[in-house]
Amino acid sequence: MKDFIIPDDRDMGTPARTGAPVTLTIDGFEVTVPGGTSVMRAAAEAGLSVPKLCATDSVEAFGSCRLCVVEIEGRRGTPASCTTPVTEGMKVHTQSDKVQKIRRGVMELYISDHPLDCLTCAANGDCELQDAAGEVGLRDVRYTPGENHYDPTTGHYRSQSDARWRGPEEANPRYIPKDDSNPYFSYDPSKCIVCSRCVRACEEVQGTFALTIEGRGFESRVSAGMAGDDFLSSDCVSCGACVQACPTATLQEKSVAEMGTPNRSVVTTCAYCGVGCSFKAELNGDRLVRMEPYKHGKANRGHSCVKGRFAYGYASHKDRILNPMIRETINEPWREVSWEEALEFTATRLKGIQQKYGQKSLGVITSSRCTNEETYLVQKLARAVFRNNNTDTCARVCHSPTGYGLGQTFGTSAGTQDFDSVEHSDVVIVMGANPTDGHPVFASRLKKRLRQGAKLIVIDPRRIDLVRSAHVEAAHHLPLRPGTNVAVITAMAHVIVTEGLFDEAFIRERCDWDEFQDYAAFVSDERHAPETNEMLTGVPATELREAARLFAKGGNGAIYYGLGVTEHSQGSTTVMGIANLAMLTGNIGRPGVGVNPLRGQNNVQGSCDMGSFPHELPGYRHVKNPEVREIFERVWGVEIDPEPGLRIPNMLDAAVDGSFKGLYCQGEDILQSDPDTKHVSAGLAAMECVIVHDLFLNETANYAHVFLPGSTFLEKDGTFTNAERRINRVREVMKPRNGYADWEVTQLLANAMGAGWTYTHPSQIMEEIAATTPSFAGVSYEVLEEQGSVQWPCNEAHPEGTPLMHVDGFMRGKGRFIVTEYVATDERTGPRFPLLLTTGRILSQYNVGAQTRRTQNTVWHQEDVLEIHPHDAENRGLKDGDWVKLASRTGETALRAKVTDRVSPGVVYTTFHHPGTQANVITTDYSDWATNCPEYKVTAVQVSASNGPSDWQEEYQEMAERSRRILPAAE
Amino acid sequence: MSPDKMVRMANQIATFFESQPGDDGPEKVAAHINDFWEPRMRRQLFDHVAEGGEGLRPMVLDAMRHIREPA
Repeated sequence: MKDFIIPDDRDMGTPARTGAPVTLTIDGFEVTVPGGTSVMRAAAEAGLSVPKLCATDSVEAFGSCRLCVVEIEGRRGTPASCTTPVTEGMKVHTQSDKVQKIRRGVMELYISDHPLDCLTCAANGDCELQDAAGEVGLRDVRYTPGENHYDPTTGHYRSQSDARWRGPEEANPRYIPKDDSNPYFSYDPSKCIVCSRCVRACEEVQGTFALTIEGRGFESRVSAGMAGDDFLSSDCVSCGACVQACPTATLQEKSVAEMGTPNRSVVTTCAYCGVGCSFKAELNGDRLVRMEPYKHGKANRGHSCVKGRFAYGYASHKDRILNPMIRETINEPWREVSWEEALEFTATRLKGIQQKYGQKSLGVITSSRCTNEETYLVQKLARAVFRNNNTDTCARVCHSPTGYGLGQTFGTSAGTQDFDSVEHSDVVIVMGANPTDGHPVFASRLKKRLRQGAKLIVIDPRRIDLVRSAHVEAAHHLPLRPGTNVAVITAMAHVIVTEGLFDEAFIRERCDWDEFQDYAAFVSDERHAPETNEMLTGVPATELREAARLFAKGGNGAIYYGLGVTEHSQGSTTVMGIANLAMLTGNIGRPGVGVNPLRGQNNVQGSCDMGSFPHELPGYRHVKNPEVREIFERVWGVEIDPEPGLRIPNMLDAAVDGSFKGLYCQGEDILQSDPDTKHVSAGLAAMECVIVHDLFLNETANYAHVFLPGSTFLEKDGTFTNAERRINRVREVMKPRNGYADWEVTQLLANAMGAGWTYTHPSQIMEEIAATTPSFAGVSYEVLEEQGSVQWPCNEAHPEGTPLMHVDGFMRGKGRFIVTEYVATDERTGPRFPLLLTTGRILSQYNVGAQTRRTQNTVWHQEDVLEIHPHDAENRGLKDGDWVKLASRTGETALRAKVTDRVSPGVVYTTFHHPGTQANVITTDYSDWATNCPEYKVTAVQVSASNGPSDWQEEYQEMAERSRRILPAAE
Repeated sequence: MSPDKMVRMANQIATFFESQPGDDGPEKVAAHINDFWEPRMRRQLFDHVAEGGEGLRPMVLDAMRHIREPA
């Protein structure tokens, strides 16, 4: 085991600044820091530490505790070092007799209202109050016990345990018992020193403003939400920023209280969304005590959300399967077997299928949850062992249109910016994305910028939280009708072109001018005017015009988008339209601008980079190109099929047709996540060997013949690539509970088929990737150790990676404007199905919920609900909380209604986190014209009253239970 | 794949390229299908065209001569 050596991880007291260098002297040592830096931080930079309580470098200085006072030559008094900026030539003394005396006095006052239960306190050994008391040399508290907040009785004891032993006496009205409502952390007001760090973290870092200080003077206490709220019922989103900021045990992880303070720590990367936050996994031995956001993580800069910070309990959940299992047919119960038997069984079946049905009858689905190295091996298994290109990944159902659209316009599917870029944006368009739920840490960074004055345009059928929340309000919300993205984007371009707001200099220099002429003529047509489209899109023309003007002329303009853009029959066209808008306004190639796809899963970027798609080898190179095939043929020693393989929906079609018979599905639950569930199950049922490689018996496993147990992200080495193309290390924090890391399992399977692979560490797989893929040529585990992370392309031209794309020119040379004609989807509303259903995610749950449903995150979201507008609800006689039947041309299900004007009339919305609901029974087989990405976001539906789950749901539940039977292991 | 679905997918591609400037639409439709359709899918398309190509847009039919016919 090799722990990553953590770079300077000290709390510098106040945030970093970027001003011109200033030189000063602190305790005789000369130090040069950027202008605007606090004296406290300058001292820390010089290696000197000033005692502090209310200051921490994640939030702005506050100057309330007075512990950090210093003396400055030529100045009167003892200023607080946290709020005093450095000046040239300043001479500071941090440890004079005078300040030492003041600090002891301050500390003594703090301690006079703090229980002295340190030995049994959850923060023992990790308490800044304790540390500061030690630092200032507090040896005695002269005050007699008096009025206080910690003693539940009025016995005036020094400690709570004392009070408990000696009580009962009269109750102390100032004592507030612990709030344990949040499943992951507790709030103990009796230990609070009212430093406000939690309140400021909630405001400045998270941007939720859920916390406040209630009362004045001695009455002051931290309070979540309104009077009467506890943490759970308040607006708190459980991001953990307050817990992180708290210097005492007031806000404390319950896991630390239960397990003790951790004694070792490993830096790794979160396995939830595409933000790719860096965390310190903190452990005792192999017991994970907590996940702490890592402040040197370049994606998250020390912040986290409820999923990454707290929702890791699934790794040790009782449902997790740890032994391989097989069965002859899917009607039988599972049989636990040895790895050897499972692999032998699988290899024999797969070989038999290929003999009987041909080379192209097998395929793989690589996982966007697994590492780059694991994904690379799975596609290699298809190409080098199965000898076909039948490999696909869940990006098919999310961002494949991004790959196609940006590839056509810019020459690469890559998002153009890093997350830091948002700090330089002036106008931000968020389209078809709900960052506060889907990409929460990015949302916090965006909201921070919005509070500084940047403008926001939201294009979404729903009134997402960003439209209006604490201290954030969108300048424009364009609540378009689902399915009209292209019309809206083209109308924006119409305004920009016809009003002459485009950046001609940029277009002449960077784009194909002739293509621009065609494009300009196209968008200028009256039929693309916002007024003409108003009836179609539902977006008021004046609002759209103003939004377009703001974006064109408001300074640095950035576009962030999600699956509300891609998951449509015109998904690829909308992506092109977005790229057109960015080029039209010159918003490419510098900080603060760009086209930023918000990727859904932790490694969806990486899985695409690694050649998971059936038409391209790693590095987005088409299999038809002999020179590309030759590179891999040389390394792999086999001939590669030049024909594109089957995409996921095509695999299922071919299975129903009888020519596709075997599937190795790693870390993805296609039955729950893919559209038109009945079609997926028909495809799976028609196969003769379905291998599910996962942590749990997921829904797809109901149709599987082989189950290979997977390892969690905590149990293996590798890399994830986040939405900003950042390659981050995943480190083995503990040994795989199932016996093997996932890359080892794939290797065992390949070798059972006769492949003869000999990898002994994922770093060797990365070496193979670097050797074969130009954009990864400079990537190695050594480089990642040195730099922490790197953004591809990383090669000779960019040895330290590429934070910004297309800086001097587009990847393809000239940027290409592409005409984006609106084409209505075939999915139409009518008298039988008059409403449009759109789907999405919620903060506390993640995709199919396999992980988050097995954590205490369920307290926030126990079931999928259907959001419906009061008008539509009233027409149907529905009340909030009623069971409703949701039916489309494809199928029907039942769930509870939530009546809300967050959705427009005519639109309903639900999430797809729970297999009990199976929202995808409703969604259709329609897909994006270019990539077959399913049209999840538009389904014509009807909603009516219901008295409980549908027959189908009950039958499915029964089938799933039957299918999950496991025979007791043979003696 | 059901014939309807295949016809719809091919027509969707043609509809996009019909909207593009230039007269090389059929070539572009064919290139797209060659790049992304697995041989089984192209086989089905050829068979459907051989049976009269019902429901296919003219540009798909024009593109056929540029589409690689699988064995």
